[in-house]
Amino acid sequence: MTLLLGARNLRRDYQLGRGGEVVHAVRGVSLEVEQGEYVAIVGPSGSGKSSLLNLLGAIDTPDQGELTIAGRRIEKLSDRELTDFRLRNIGFVFQRFYLLPVLTARENVELPMAEAGVSRADRRARASELLRYVGLERRERHRPTQLSGGEQQRVAIARALANRPALLLADEPTGELDARTGEEIIALFERLNSDGTTLIVVTHDEGLASAARRVVHMKDGAIVHQEVSRVRAGNDDTGAVPSQK
Amino acid sequence: MRSLLAMAALRRHGARTVLAVLGVAVAAAMLLCMVMLSAGLRESFRELLLSRGFQLRLSPRGTLPFDTEATITGATEISRVLRTLPDVTTVSAVLGGQLHVERGGESITSFALGVNPAAQGDYELLSGRDALAPDAMVVNDAFLEATGVQVGDTLDVAAGYNPQLRSYSGERRLVVSGRARFLYLAAGQSAVALRIGTLQAMTGRARNDEVSLFMLRLKDGADVEAVRRWIQGHVPRVDAISTAEAMQRVDERLSYFRQLGFILGAVSLIVGFLLVTTLVTVSVNERVGEIAVMRAMGISRAHVVQQILLEGLAISLAGAVMGLGLGLVTARYLNSILSAFPGLPAAIDFFLFQPRSAWTALGLLVIVGIAAGIYPSWRAATLPIATALHEEAVA
Repeated sequence: MTLLLGARNLRRDYQLGRGGEVVHAVRGVSLEVEQGEYVAIVGPSGSGKSSLLNLLGAIDTPDQGELTIAGRRIEKLSDRELTDFRLRNIGFVFQRFYLLPVLTARENVELPMAEAGVSRADRRARASELLRYVGLERRERHRPTQLSGGEQQRVAIARALANRPALLLADEPTGELDARTGEEIIALFERLNSDGTTLIVVTHDEGLASAARRVVHMKDGAIVHQEVSRVRAGNDDTGAVPSQK
Repeated sequence: MRSLLAMAALRRHGARTVLAVLGVAVAAAMLLCMVMLSAGLRESFRELLLSRGFQLRLSPRGTLPFDTEATITGATEISRVLRTLPDVTTVSAVLGGQLHVERGGESITSFALGVNPAAQGDYELLSGRDALAPDAMVVNDAFLEATGVQVGDTLDVAAGYNPQLRSYSGERRLVVSGRARFLYLAAGQSAVALRIGTLQAMTGRARNDEVSLFMLRLKDGADVEAVRRWIQGHVPRVDAISTAEAMQRVDERLSYFRQLGFILGAVSLIVGFLLVTTLVTVSVNERVGEIAVMRAMGISRAHVVQQILLEGLAISLAGAVMGLGLGLVTARYLNSILSAFPGLPAAIDFFLFQPRSAWTALGLLVIVGIAAGIYPSWRAATLPIATALHEEAVA
């Protein structure tokens, strides 16, 4: 297996207000993720899961430590380079979907591709392909307000896959969904992983965590335990993620 | 995609956007009016002064034309000297005075101009014949209305009137030969023009050959300033004023109009700026989560900045286009009020529309639109992504 992500001794502190208390959100975390892995990060609220995910997704910078993703030393990149790196290498899925309400489902999926300079025809074709993959081929022209929560999250997943990222990060992706819809998203994640997508998911959802190959337990900003939840055998997918890296 | 997002963001709160556009339109209308006012009065005066092609005016030393009742004596000799100048093509002597007509037991007073009809620059003949004969005069509509006479009628006029004794002096019987529009007179001011010799005789100014003013037309390409300097140095008792110098004096007298225009124009720009900045900042504050997610996805700061700037620019442009139309209507209305200002030539426009005025106003509003987006776009582009997402999630 190829190492996709390597974090060594990451630390991140936040100060609460000017001159306020310092919170040690991430304390010396080291983690390695191989290509094609499915890792769940679990732990109680305030344990530093989301802070760690922000660091791994290069949307926050560590105060200390080293982070390498797809062979690039993240802490050495400038803001512009980081932005471009995220655009081409990392997909994000958030608890609250954060689709742009003024755009249709297809336009939301097209947005990262437009930024990456993909031609209109190509990004339209890929957006349709991705929406078909997540089961929303008939919802292309719907706006987020016309979609259910589960459908919005699937559009968000399609958007995260738009630029064929090496790594997909999800922060409580089932947090806003009912149990049945949450299970659909869990199934979609399993399928994504089976089709080759590397996934790191922060969750409280036991179902989602149990779907991961490896579960990382955090407490007080540190990894306290890691376990391989199960080795998934077989592959029940219905088709590879379109043109995955 | 940037413009699509910008327009979509504005459409999201359509009513709010429309109100902001209307606000900018009002500010733009005010700005256009002020730009038209600051340049209009001056330009209107310039056009008026040059309308008949006279580039130099000679008035009694120390006065402006028709500022006082002072006169220049020895007019025929001065005219002869002026005509010897190689660059001078036309010399027009003008005498100002009053003419009284008794109608229905009342004395009607009109402004009278003594001119050489063949070389005058004070009126345009609208109908009938010019006042070429010694007993002829042309009159304006206000005179016809006040006296009730018609072109072709003969009437008794006098150059002087003593209201205590109700007696007239300098009486003549003149024929109304034509109807004219007087260029430098206020709207509604009754006026007549007759031969300068006739008016001099009626007013007792023939003995010293007095005139109020000379107007000089020069050859094309002549050095106006050189001619002016020569006259100033060689013709005693007169001040020679070029159109440029007259404009300078007009500028000095009307400087408060320009200051008013500048201040009110600046206020309207500031109001427009604050309006657009406030609206776009509120819009950005409502979209902190969306913007943070866009940045997380890899959307560049430049993209975010451009999108927010486009929003401000779109509001400003839409407001500017509406405001230009509104400004033209407002300026026309205000002009009709101010043109009735006593003592001002009717031909003077306070608000003169020139394409340059519209472009200036539009250019200023575009600059304001871009400037108004700077703060909110900077705020959006520098959002700490992780913190913004955390705060949104908590909220």
